[in-house]
Amino acid sequence: MDNFKTSTLVLENGDKFSGYSPLWQKTPTFGEVVFNTGVTGYEETLTDPSYSGQILVFTYPIIGNYGVSNGYRRESNKIHVRGVVCQNIYVAPYHYESTRTFLSWLKEEEAPVIIGIDTRALAKVIREFGVIGGVIIYDNNDIPNGFPKTMNINLVGQVTAQKPSLHGSGKYKIVLVDCGSKSNILRNLLKYDTTIKVVPYDYDYSQEEYDGVFLSNGPGDPKECVCTINILKKALGNSKPIYGICLGSQLMALAVGANTYKLKFGHRGQNQPCMDLISQRCYLTSQNHGYAVDESTLPSDWMVSYRNINDGTVAGIMHKTKPFCSVQFHPESSPGPHDTCHFFKQFMDDVEGSIK
Amino acid sequence: MIKNVLILGSGGIRVGQAGEFDYSGSQAIKAFKEEGLKTILVNPNIATVQTDKSMADEIYFVPLEIQYVTEIIIKDNIDAVALGFGGQTALNLGLELYNTGVLSKYNVKVLGSSIETINKTEDRGIFRDILQLHGIKTPISKLATTVNESVLYASDIGYPVMIRSGFSLGGLGSSRVGSEAELREKVSIALASAPQVLVEEYLTGWKEFEYEIIRDCEGNSLTICNMENLDPMGVHTGESIVVAPAQTINDYEHQMLRNISLKCAQFFNIIGECNIQFAINPLDGDYRVIEMNPRLSRSSALASKATGYPLAFIAAKLCLGYKLYELTNQVTKKTTAFFEPALDYIVVKIPRWDIHKLPQAERTIGTEMKSVGEAMGIGRTFAEGLQKAIAMLNIGASSLVDYPWQIANIRHEIEFATDRRIFALFEWFQSGGDIGEVHSISRIDYWFLTQIQEISLYFNYLTNNKLTSANLLKAKQLGFSDISLAKIKGITEEEIRKLRIGYGITPKIKQIDTLAGEFAAETNYLYLTYSAISNDVLPSKNNLCIIGSGPYSIGSSVEFDWCTVNLARQFRKNGKEVIIVNSNPETVSTDYDESDRLYFEPLVLERVRDILDFENVSGVSVSVGGQCANNLALPLFEAGYPILGTSPIDINRAENREIFSQLLNKDGVDQPRWIKANKLDDIHEFIHEVGLPVLIRPSYVLSGSAMKVVFNEEMLEKYLKEAFLISRDHPVVISEFIEDAKELEIDGVAYCGKIIIYSISEHIENAGVHSGDATIVFPPERLYLKTVLKSKSIADKIVKSLNITGPFNMQFLAQHNEIKVIECNIRASRSFPFISKVTGHDYMEITAQVLLNKPPLNSFNTLDTKFIGIKSPVFSYNRFKGSDPVAHVEMSSTGEVACIGYDLLETFYLSWLATGVKLSGKRILISIHDRFKERLLPLIIGLNNKGWNITATEGTHDFLVRHGIQSRCVFKVADKIEPNIERVIINKQVDLIINLPYNAFSASVDLDGFAIRRLAIDYHIPLITNFQLTEMLLESLYVCYGNKIGVRSYNEFLDEKAGV
Repeated sequence: MDNFKTSTLVLENGDKFSGYSPLWQKTPTFGEVVFNTGVTGYEETLTDPSYSGQILVFTYPIIGNYGVSNGYRRESNKIHVRGVVCQNIYVAPYHYESTRTFLSWLKEEEAPVIIGIDTRALAKVIREFGVIGGVIIYDNNDIPNGFPKTMNINLVGQVTAQKPSLHGSGKYKIVLVDCGSKSNILRNLLKYDTTIKVVPYDYDYSQEEYDGVFLSNGPGDPKECVCTINILKKALGNSKPIYGICLGSQLMALAVGANTYKLKFGHRGQNQPCMDLISQRCYLTSQNHGYAVDESTLPSDWMVSYRNINDGTVAGIMHKTKPFCSVQFHPESSPGPHDTCHFFKQFMDDVEGSIK
Repeated sequence: MIKNVLILGSGGIRVGQAGEFDYSGSQAIKAFKEEGLKTILVNPNIATVQTDKSMADEIYFVPLEIQYVTEIIIKDNIDAVALGFGGQTALNLGLELYNTGVLSKYNVKVLGSSIETINKTEDRGIFRDILQLHGIKTPISKLATTVNESVLYASDIGYPVMIRSGFSLGGLGSSRVGSEAELREKVSIALASAPQVLVEEYLTGWKEFEYEIIRDCEGNSLTICNMENLDPMGVHTGESIVVAPAQTINDYEHQMLRNISLKCAQFFNIIGECNIQFAINPLDGDYRVIEMNPRLSRSSALASKATGYPLAFIAAKLCLGYKLYELTNQVTKKTTAFFEPALDYIVVKIPRWDIHKLPQAERTIGTEMKSVGEAMGIGRTFAEGLQKAIAMLNIGASSLVDYPWQIANIRHEIEFATDRRIFALFEWFQSGGDIGEVHSISRIDYWFLTQIQEISLYFNYLTNNKLTSANLLKAKQLGFSDISLAKIKGITEEEIRKLRIGYGITPKIKQIDTLAGEFAAETNYLYLTYSAISNDVLPSKNNLCIIGSGPYSIGSSVEFDWCTVNLARQFRKNGKEVIIVNSNPETVSTDYDESDRLYFEPLVLERVRDILDFENVSGVSVSVGGQCANNLALPLFEAGYPILGTSPIDINRAENREIFSQLLNKDGVDQPRWIKANKLDDIHEFIHEVGLPVLIRPSYVLSGSAMKVVFNEEMLEKYLKEAFLISRDHPVVISEFIEDAKELEIDGVAYCGKIIIYSISEHIENAGVHSGDATIVFPPERLYLKTVLKSKSIADKIVKSLNITGPFNMQFLAQHNEIKVIECNIRASRSFPFISKVTGHDYMEITAQVLLNKPPLNSFNTLDTKFIGIKSPVFSYNRFKGSDPVAHVEMSSTGEVACIGYDLLETFYLSWLATGVKLSGKRILISIHDRFKERLLPLIIGLNNKGWNITATEGTHDFLVRHGIQSRCVFKVADKIEPNIERVIINKQVDLIINLPYNAFSASVDLDGFAIRRLAIDYHIPLITNFQLTEMLLESLYVCYGNKIGVRSYNEFLDEKAGV
């Protein structure tokens, strides 16, 4: 305990959870507090840009079991969460891929952490209160004045690609709109005969030559991405395949005139059940989203393709005739089940089909 | 449309097949009944919940043999059969029914995974080929059908190799082999019970994982739970300490194993449940699929309890064609059953071994199962879960740090794992051992080792530092028990408790909700942890608490779970909320729907008090969970908690030998003479007075071990020297051992010192065989009425003197109409389910009534039952290499079965068959001591006349020849002369072996006899070693062998009795 000091997570509703943090942590950390129920995949999760702006609570009580890899388990080049909340951290990993401990990685990346928290009790508060702001403070310092508003910050602007880049040299030209894309989306698309042009969220690709568009995941309120939606509207004007994941799905909905809304506490975990309404097959999916598509606002030529069978929310939408299709879950997984990785194949089939 | 389902049970509890199948069968019955199907159950395990009238619609207490099951199929016009809920026994029986054409002949549908699926997954060769076809890696392996073939393959693969035999339960016949000589020996044994042996690459040190999979008929599939073994490859999963969820693999590896699991389920078209074991190379993440079970298993019971997901219930629904998404999550009642539980705690399972209870049995653990039960600790740290599980084991350690026995060679027991390797690891660190070194000899992952080391370091820290609030909290978070802290600080447990509560340090109650708190769940499944700040629940109201039985062990098995479940049901019928505390994942009592609240916690004073304090319980039952629960009576009472039924002061009067003895004297009740001695002189004087043999036992018994009959002075000296140091603190109790006496028992329920209901049963074996190992007949068939009446009147007196309210059990010796009392337990005994079912009166219903002060007003006649029940012990000697298969004063059976009938011999014969023996012909090997020869002669002549073929060892042979009986003479093993008994047994030239040593003493010194008995066990030939049992068996073979015995369901017996 010599390398730690006492710290407190203070929630917007006044609840306090005391724990301890490494000595290097100094300044208070604000964020929207959300929880994730996954047991494995902390490295992938923390580097998922969709978590940008959030303080992430792991409900699994022991994190860091297998250490941290040299980088190839990451979903972007850095940790995106604002802060990490854990019950216990394991500090002596023995795994062939491990190059450092979880704690030393957090320090390298200057990601603050608070340990010793009853994360189940905390998850229950979040579940009951809904999305909630929080701050990690140290050594009984006063809570800084007020909570910054996290709702309307343009988080996507902070995590999107700075400029377009090209990947692969395959036959099909795919535009990947990076709203904070997980690396595994790119990796999955590159498994096919593709050349991927990764573009910033505000890049107008609609007049370029491409065979398909892929909208990535990303953080925050989809309605903030006005420029992305406007560009997408133009792209939807022709019938080249457009697919989307997570935020990408919400953007698709907004672009066709449907609405999105904020869920009470979102879906974050690797065990979200979804049904493909066409085949009646169920898949276990990885999810990380706080917003959902409002089914009642979908235009008549669109339909719900997947549904979350726990709470009935929309988990995927598709155009009834055109190759426009998006899902709320993460078929690229990482972390989480690979059950829906056929989504990429379906996209590529559509791309191929649209060329013939 | 199917209208009824036949469910095959697993029979008597044995190593590798324990109470978990009562759990799976019971859930299946509930699931089928919910769909309006008539359920027909075949299971001679009468102590189970599934064989209750309230469970299956029709129950058959008959051997799980093709002929009886076929009769039932015809008689009850069976539409469908479920094979996945009765372990390997049910699966094998199902295959036999299919292979012999019974299923197709009578048009019986197999529910769930098809016979084709079962065949493919069970046949290791086919299994491997199919996986290889799909590019899935399996250990390099080759199928051998002869010893020479196996030698050839082994040299190709390179030693050490692993050999496995197919169609086995609990890994019997699989082991690590280091040399050709060893291979030859082991393969020949394995081929004796299986047609083929697999020779495999040996994956020493690879990490081992298991995935539980469910899949519906449309291919929707999930992995419900993954588990990781602390003990790497080389130790059977059933013998390993197991954690859930898996800890040391990353998401990539987890998803890889999950994908393979789902693919395998698809390749083999699993419908329902299956599990797969994997090995992972810790150095590069390479994997192998080890095996797959297409049925519910011990692991699936563990997975159910670890996650809260009712695997067996859901699997049963899937068997009927339901899709996963059509079913609801039984825990949340809101979300779908199509999900994989997210855990926010860690579960640690530790097997419970009783190897030391079998004299001479090898203590090492490995690729074959030896454990008899298991405990599951739940915590929010590994250390907390681990130390809880240790406390649950009930082996004398309250945590990892206070194992009471010395481990002489720590390193050896770590390298060559024994049942106490975990304690050896702690000792290793205590003595300053290096973690790298212990990793290299054990191959246990550092993840586990570092945390065991942390417990050791903190133990030392606490020894040298004050128990401040912060230190105490940390200690509790690491799972230290109050007792262990008291030992460290040299104060009492009570003082630690006061200090702790004074600091405000109490455990918090958390729900197991399958979704890590993501959705509000109405679950009543709870555990306690110190890594928490708030409770998930509020105290309940109008509640009663039942202490369950803890892990199954020799002497405490499924019968006490039956008592717990039935008492809970009766309390609930009486409008009470029931809290069950139990620690055994293989039970029905830990099913979410059997109580209003389930605390999965150690049955120790500290934790039970924590729960009672929180819940403000109005009454605690300690009388139906066996001795473990009973032991809590007095301490709970002294701490001020309300105990239901008999006052713990009176319970103590029965438990305390001196007080009980005085009480008997006062009541004028006879008992065998005894003394408590702490001086050798006193012992000699006593022996001089009563004569040898004597029964000797330590009065301070930690794990129920080491009671022994001493036949001569030499043995006495040896016993006292080896086993115990006599001292004032640890005296021994010596009592007169009466030979050739009959033993009988009374089980009953009393109210305020008056017996409400009772039943007298007799043992077939004479006194000297532990009551748990005896064959029991109820109602008594061969007792004098006078004996019966006398025993009852003694019971009346004792019940009155002890003012008993609740269940009790008394054991008597009867000789020449003289009755002596040997034991009185003021709690339900292991016979309660048997007695309840044979009398047709639910003893737990009556127990509930008396405990609630509402005694029934009617009287019960239990002597005239119209039919009889015979209960036979089930032994697992084949699992305990080196053990001598002779029943003695210490219990060594692992389970029991019972059959019901109208005729003594017929019922006995059925009951004997129901223990799982396979009598394949009419060839008996007889090798008996002189004292029994004359008495058995008429029976042998009778059988011989009926065409039974007799083989005998020299002495017996000469005797038979003298009496004109043709017999084939075989020589003793040691003689090395042909025809040798060893060849005869190995080549299966006999079908039944009778070996009667003079007594337990001569059995222990007669190596020839031992060799015969051991060979009989190793080569699966039915063996009888008790004289009275032999008499009964030979008589029943004479009368019943070859006869068609009609099957009747339990209801039919009851109806006939009631005159319906």
